[in-house]
Amino acid sequence: MLSWVALIVTLMTAGAFVASRHRARSVAHGDLAALHSRPVYHGAYTALRVAIAGFGVLIVGLILSNIGLRAALFAAIPDSLGTLSQIERDLIVSDGVAIAAGEVASRTDAAREAVGARYNTLMMARNIGLAVLTLGAAAFVYLRSITQISVPFRARNRTEKIVQGLLMVSAGIAILTTIGIVASLLGQTLVFFSEIPITKFLFGTLWSPLSGVHSGSMDPDKVGAIPLFAGTLLITFIAMLVAVPVGLFAAIFLSDFASNRARGIIKPMLEILAGIPTVVYGFFAAITVAPFLRDTGAAVGLTISSESALAAGVVMGIMIIPFISSLSDDVINAVPQSLRDGSYGLGATKAETIRKVILPAALPGIVSAVLLGVSRAIGETMIVVMAAGQGANLTANPFEAVTTVTVQIVALITGDTEAATAAGPAFTLGFTLFCVTLIFNVIALRLVRKYQESYD
Amino acid sequence: MMSETTMPPAVSVHTGEAAKKRMKKRHNAEKRLRAYGIIAISLAALALVALLYNVFARAVSVRTEHYITVAADISKDENDFLKVVKTAAREAFPFASGRTQKREVYGLFSDGAADDMRDAAEAGTLEAGSGIQRRFLLSDSVDLYLRGVFGTLEEREPEGALTLSEDGKTVLLQSTAADFNDALGLVKAGLAQQSERLRREAERQSAGIETLTARLPSLEGPELDDTKAQIEGFKAKRAQLSGQADALDATIMAQGGERLKLTNRMPSFFVRSNDGILKLTEVSSTTALGKPLIPLSGTAAGAWSLLSLDRPEIGRPVKDFQVALVEDLRAKDRIEEVTNWRFFTSSDSTQPEIAGIYGALIGSMWTMLVTFSLAFPIGVMAAIYLEEFAPRNRWTDFIEVNINNLAAVPSIVFGLLGLAVFLHFFGVPRSSPLAGGLVLALMTLPTIIIASRASIRAVPPSIRSAALGLGASKVQTTFHHVLPLAMPGILTGTIIGMAQALGETAPLLMIGMVAFITAVPEGITDSATVLPVQVFNWANASERAFDMRTAAAIAVLLGFLVVMNMIAIILRKRFERRW
Repeated sequence: MLSWVALIVTLMTAGAFVASRHRARSVAHGDLAALHSRPVYHGAYTALRVAIAGFGVLIVGLILSNIGLRAALFAAIPDSLGTLSQIERDLIVSDGVAIAAGEVASRTDAAREAVGARYNTLMMARNIGLAVLTLGAAAFVYLRSITQISVPFRARNRTEKIVQGLLMVSAGIAILTTIGIVASLLGQTLVFFSEIPITKFLFGTLWSPLSGVHSGSMDPDKVGAIPLFAGTLLITFIAMLVAVPVGLFAAIFLSDFASNRARGIIKPMLEILAGIPTVVYGFFAAITVAPFLRDTGAAVGLTISSESALAAGVVMGIMIIPFISSLSDDVINAVPQSLRDGSYGLGATKAETIRKVILPAALPGIVSAVLLGVSRAIGETMIVVMAAGQGANLTANPFEAVTTVTVQIVALITGDTEAATAAGPAFTLGFTLFCVTLIFNVIALRLVRKYQESYD
Repeated sequence: MMSETTMPPAVSVHTGEAAKKRMKKRHNAEKRLRAYGIIAISLAALALVALLYNVFARAVSVRTEHYITVAADISKDENDFLKVVKTAAREAFPFASGRTQKREVYGLFSDGAADDMRDAAEAGTLEAGSGIQRRFLLSDSVDLYLRGVFGTLEEREPEGALTLSEDGKTVLLQSTAADFNDALGLVKAGLAQQSERLRREAERQSAGIETLTARLPSLEGPELDDTKAQIEGFKAKRAQLSGQADALDATIMAQGGERLKLTNRMPSFFVRSNDGILKLTEVSSTTALGKPLIPLSGTAAGAWSLLSLDRPEIGRPVKDFQVALVEDLRAKDRIEEVTNWRFFTSSDSTQPEIAGIYGALIGSMWTMLVTFSLAFPIGVMAAIYLEEFAPRNRWTDFIEVNINNLAAVPSIVFGLLGLAVFLHFFGVPRSSPLAGGLVLALMTLPTIIIASRASIRAVPPSIRSAALGLGASKVQTTFHHVLPLAMPGILTGTIIGMAQALGETAPLLMIGMVAFITAVPEGITDSATVLPVQVFNWANASERAFDMRTAAAIAVLLGFLVVMNMIAIILRKRFERRW
């Protein structure tokens, strides 16, 4: 229903444009030059205002009503059920909504049906109310704007003001996104930590958050994230062991040894490597690399699990090679030619120049490239989901299966458990991930900026 | 002493032996560094080639699918097409007896065969009548067998003449030459391997005994007894294993025409003769015992051939009876290999042979549409604001820092954002292209903003000055002059961002696009899946036949990415101006 409202507002916008342009022409009585603004600006001004009023009311109304709706649904849970934990209340509400939408609910009972019925009536009321409000606002703004049109009306200046406002709002979306991420992650994280002490999460060594949730709450001793952190670090370490030397040597070769022709072949090759979706790397890791490592291991007498940290790490390293090499290539190229010339002038060979002059000069940039690579490896999801294990296994042995933070987030969110229950640990892990990668990124960006300043 | 001057060395420090050595060392260091670079790049190239080879070598198998032609009775207003297929199967192989064989006959046919008939009936092109020769789609495992995934079938012309004599349910085969020697050799080799395995196992027991015996002196009490009992257990096991191995060895060594039994852990052997196929169950060098899988027309001596399949029956889903049926049909030219369009026209399915990427492609299209229509205008507008209008202050700096950080936030975090904000807060339908598009738009924004800003910045100030000088307003200057000139660069950045979004998987898992969806989405609020998620789902599927479909879906995905990047490169080369 609301998509129809959106469509009507769109049509009204188009109509407002045509009508206002026409009206501007008619108030000028054929002498268009007399108008302060050309008719098209009058049209654009009205249309922009109608669109902003219509869609603004619709979107704000949706947001506010959704907040109200949830509260109303929680209130609709019969008191006869006694005091319930937040998880149970979430479950009843989401089941009620599912019943109302004709989908499959985890359980059907009177309380859930009551919530469902309430949801239906509330939705109906909300949709009608919102439609009336939206269309009313658009129509009101249209009538006000079209009556304003006159020969001296400064439609262009006003349109430009609106456009500038829209530009600013667009730029602000980046901030809204960050706020959205922090708010959505932090909200659930705080709820989670209100039930579970933060130290148990950060320092516990047993991860099995969903065992025993049927009793309604989580066991604080089973949400220790140390095995996940260890697994993530192990895989990241292996990945960097592959990516840093290969990427760095490739960058050195590209910037100081390669002929133009070689560069013309190698650079696109690395770009292809960078453009391959991670799910493809995951497939490669799971189908090719893991069995290959397992069989090779078996041939030399090593037991390598078919979901080993090694396979996931190596493939992740391959994925990060182009990342490291292109960033390092940039910083190596950014080292001023005068430094090289000075070194050559003193009789140093190319290799000596690279080792003693260029690499030290480019070091901050290279470190920042490595840090960005680490941040990427930590946040990488598909390769580990497809090639690393599910079980939280605290080990430093790269031949065994380990699990990572991202794997557990995916497992929790896409698993069979009720979304409301799994959200706590999943969002807490997500928040941890966000914070860690943010720290790495900020340090890396600072390093690069500092480094750029010193040579600019 | 003081007055004595040392003679200058005959050779200078730069030309002496030591200097030459030093120089050589330095040059070697340079060569080494260069070699490291080449090795590094070769490794990267090797990884790329291995990856692409693995994908495409698997993907080419999806080019074709296999059909079998049998007679079927189809009435005009049929609705249970599964039954039609079953009846046709039964009538095509009337000799199948017992539940196992019947099930194996049904197992040759795919459920897709019935779907095809239903589609034809709906399109009004289904030929009705009795005894109509019709093509039926073969099941995934038979398809894989025909591609040689389950071992290679070899057909050999024998040297001797064959005499057949029926003996109850089995048939005794006697050749005038030692035609069954190959089979016998394989059986013996298999037995030898088995015996060797047993002996190794026995040795392991010995090792266990040794370790435990060495520990004995340090033990006392019940522990001592336990260990002693354990040792006895190991000894008994060892004796048993060695005994079994000896027995096997004796069987292998036995001469004199005694037939050895073939088991389902050994390669399968068949004899084709008198329009039928026999499966060998026991062999000696000149004689064999066979079980008729496809009945013989008689026992007359005549042309015959020996077939062998190297993969043991236990290690493949296509059983010997099915192999015999398929080989018989193949010899009669009733099996065809046809170009597989189904992969592009059908949606996901639990059965690999009828699963396709159409639904995922349409889902990707809707998702990309949402992503583009949000990320492109917002990204370009944000870039315009930051480059042309924003005052240099803390607020603008904050926005910039935000954009740079967002570009490096893990994609899965965007998925969590989408789950919490779009799904739970705004109530966007789960699994819908709308939800996916919104999340991907937020992810793509930083890429588009950064590329657009670079492109706008590259437009020389003289353009702006000229426009402003002619009386254009700031907004007019930007939209009429700067933006059109920056457009090629902006589009290049946008296409690259869209290519990233097209391959993105992790955030879409968070918002439920991982669900099994067979319907083709008809709008942005329908449940849908996208190409990379389809790849993920198939890669997780247990059926072997999904492997090649996963690879083919990846090939299609890579194809799209290549095309998009080519367009970006062409745009950059043809339209980007350097001032």
